Amino acid sequence: MTSFWLAVLGMGVVTFALRASLWVLPERVRLPEWFRRSLRYVPAAVLTAIYAPELLLRQGAIAIAPDNEKLLAGLVACAVAWHFRLTFVTIAAGLVSLHLFAWLL
Amino acid sequence: MTGVAVAAGGVGPLEALAMSVIVFAGASMLAAMQLFAADAPVALMILTALFINLRFMMYSASLRQHLGGLPLRWKLPLAYMLADNPYALCIARYTDHPDDAHKLEFYIGVSLTVWLVWQLAVLAGALAGAGLPASWRLEFAAPLAFIAISVPLLRDRAMVLAALAAGATVVLAHGLPLRLGLALAAVAGIATGLLAEKRKT
Repeated sequence: MTSFWLAVLGMGVVTFALRASLWVLPERVRLPEWFRRSLRYVPAAVLTAIYAPELLLRQGAIAIAPDNEKLLAGLVACAVAWHFRLTFVTIAAGLVSLHLFAWLL
Repeated sequence: MTGVAVAAGGVGPLEALAMSVIVFAGASMLAAMQLFAADAPVALMILTALFINLRFMMYSASLRQHLGGLPLRWKLPLAYMLADNPYALCIARYTDHPDDAHKLEFYIGVSLTVWLVWQLAVLAGALAGAGLPASWRLEFAAPLAFIAISVPLLRDRAMVLAALAAGATVVLAHGLPLRLGLALAAVAGIATGLLAEKRKT
């Protein structure tokens, strides 16, 4: 349990530092152009890298196949997210299609 | 959702709530609990959180343009509450009303509401956690939540290519130890986005 609390404290410090990092800089400080342009791609890149393995890997192996119900449900969720832009609707559509595909396949 | 996952990782509801108040970042908490359940070293859990939460640095830079002129004693608590959904709502609002005199009030209202609802949801999830049947496959709600946040961001070609490159990299690198794939994917995504941008102009 000690390791749990150490991890929680460490994660808390790191996460708070990232949140405050650039906001607390005085207004006269200008960030370099290349840095600001790079930051623009961080959310899309990191968030995609978090969910991609859940859809594309099965038991540690790449599974791009029509019998991978997680991949199919994920694609449905992507379409729903693009169209409706509502978190709850996307999650609901993804979970329903996961069960639907699992039942069909 | 996160509450359910944290409780499933083998800690009690109070620990889950404490974690949620201290860290307040769902994606990194889910990843950390997977690592915790696998007996991974503490440093790896912290490092993974660093990469997952790197996006807050971008939000931080962006909000500075709108709420940069505040004293430090304001900025620090405001930064603590910074999260995906409030950020997206605030930036949409600030873009539509650039001269709004109440940018700060809007940020506080949205962030406090999200913070409070989030903490209650984590507690409820952690309390209910063990009672929900595994056959519902609710764990799949975690990747779905990331899809819900990230897909609407893909509004131009460079952004789409950045996301595709990051996704492909992390999947191809899945054999690498220590979640190195996530770091590589972030770098590959940023590089691809910048290159795609350059080619266009």
